[in-house]
Amino acid sequence: MPKVEKTLGSMAALDDLALNETTLRSLDPRSKLITSLVFIVAVTSFGKYDLLSLLPLVIYPVSLIALGNIPAWEITKKILYVSPFAVFIGIFNPVFDREIIVQFGSFAIPGGWISFTVIMVKFALTVSVALILVATSGFDSVCLALAKLKVPQIFVVQLMFIYRYIFVMVDEASRMVRAHKLRSFRRSSIDFRIFVSMIGQLLLRTLDRAQRIHAAMISRGFTGEIRLTRELKAGLIDWIFVLGWSVFFILVRIYNIPELLGLLVMGGLT
Amino acid sequence: MHMADALLSPAVGGTMWAVTAGLTIYSARKVKQDLDERKVPLMAVLGAFVFAAQMINFTIPATGSSGHLGGGMILAILLGPHAAFLTMASILTIQSLFFADGGLLALGCNIFNMGFFPCFIAYPFIYKKIIGNNPTNARIGTAATLAGVIALQLGAFFVVLETISSGISELPFSTFVLLMQPIHLAIGIVEGIVTAAVVTFVWKARPEILEMTEKHLAGEFSMKNVLAGLVIIAVLTGGMLSWFASAYPDGLEWAMFRTAGSEELADSGYKAHSALAGIQEKTAFMPDYTFKDNPSAIAEVAVDEESWPAVNTGTSTAGIIGGALTLLLAGLIGFALKWIGRNREISAGA
Repeated sequence: MPKVEKTLGSMAALDDLALNETTLRSLDPRSKLITSLVFIVAVTSFGKYDLLSLLPLVIYPVSLIALGNIPAWEITKKILYVSPFAVFIGIFNPVFDREIIVQFGSFAIPGGWISFTVIMVKFALTVSVALILVATSGFDSVCLALAKLKVPQIFVVQLMFIYRYIFVMVDEASRMVRAHKLRSFRRSSIDFRIFVSMIGQLLLRTLDRAQRIHAAMISRGFTGEIRLTRELKAGLIDWIFVLGWSVFFILVRIYNIPELLGLLVMGGLT
Repeated sequence: MHMADALLSPAVGGTMWAVTAGLTIYSARKVKQDLDERKVPLMAVLGAFVFAAQMINFTIPATGSSGHLGGGMILAILLGPHAAFLTMASILTIQSLFFADGGLLALGCNIFNMGFFPCFIAYPFIYKKIIGNNPTNARIGTAATLAGVIALQLGAFFVVLETISSGISELPFSTFVLLMQPIHLAIGIVEGIVTAAVVTFVWKARPEILEMTEKHLAGEFSMKNVLAGLVIIAVLTGGMLSWFASAYPDGLEWAMFRTAGSEELADSGYKAHSALAGIQEKTAFMPDYTFKDNPSAIAEVAVDEESWPAVNTGTSTAGIIGGALTLLLAGLIGFALKWIGRNREISAGA
């Protein structure tokens, strides 16, 4: 998790990217969500050593980044930031799997390294697609898409609410952390007892805030149920988007496209 | 403890998603039945609180290393299990969508590992049982610590199970477990102590808050329901995941094969052994985990042993050339799309 102060900025920045006037923005958020989920299933279904046949799937996030005018470096930074966990688990593959499966003359690659690379490629693909989802649709649209796809209403409402209040709470928390930093002598993490009273105070203020919010909702006519009234219309282009990409993913899964391409080129040369 | 998509197979991810979806629908229904409409803003604000609190690092006393709050237990204590589960789920969803902290396919696993165990197991069966009717400092401390430890141990264990059954990481079960469980034991203790400290703080400052939340918890938690739920989970995971069970020898059989030349001990000649073996043969209705005397099944297994995971790497020279070409093409497509987009912007702006 990033530092307290930078969190809000990065969340807002990711959401704001969706405000860019791009072709992707006119797509129904449901199509982007569904296609991304199909993509993730396709990526994760590749076997341990299928490094080369996996590669064509790179086109999907690359196209989305290009069409959505998303700064590729921002996404890359985030991918790098969360990669340590995957690297830590994946790096055991070369340790345990030392059977040579690829040979270039005298240059031999053990299976473990191939499967490690596969893990990292899969990681980059799945992570980028998750981030791109908010960057191209906006968080509210993603929530609306979830609601229209029959996710329980109360959970979608919870998502939208919590998103709104994260900005408030993280702001308060970062002020507390900053105040502490200014008064402590170069300590980067907080003493346990101080932390408990800070968090305890924050919690009490949170509970009070919840009561005030509830009072405000009641005085505006809240009767217990929140209704989402925005409509979503899926057009022809949405169907083409979803079906087109899905067919592509399935083809990549079934056929080893790089090998076919390579054979074509080699056949053409000889 | 957030799992990444890259280490998960679609089967495991899908199964856990099914389980989590079921739990979410169940919790949503229960929260709706709860007549306390104050819960709606409370869930959101407490969720945001936990999200914010997770970002503040504190020094763990006596070790000098730093930790941060998990939050599942505090949410369960303040909101009740169903609302807390939904809140945990929303926190994890936001972490996944904005920070890629856990993948979208893995979200089902993560919500289960970090939401189900604190809210539906540790809270009702450990915390509440120890607290009883009158919380004291000592009771809160023990209850929260024990609940935290158990919730995290179970969660960490399921991370191991989900990773191993996906078959993508080469980490053997024993190594992985020995890595995960001790670390999460420490994390669990810290989580429990922090939860206890914060709950005690709140209880001392505003005792009525804990009483208020206690009263609104919808009835007794039924052990029967939880057991039924666990049975369903076991059947789902066992049934679906067994399709992907490896036909290769397990660790013990492999070690046996290397040392003795066969995967099972030959008959030792002792009468007791053969007698017991005879009994076992008669009573085992699923020898070797398949049904008895099913010649087609045996033949299938033999064939499968050769084709599962058929290591067809496709790494011929053609493949590598093609791979490089594919990446080049992907990059070109990306640049082309960007160029087209920019041109369209310019002409639209002019």
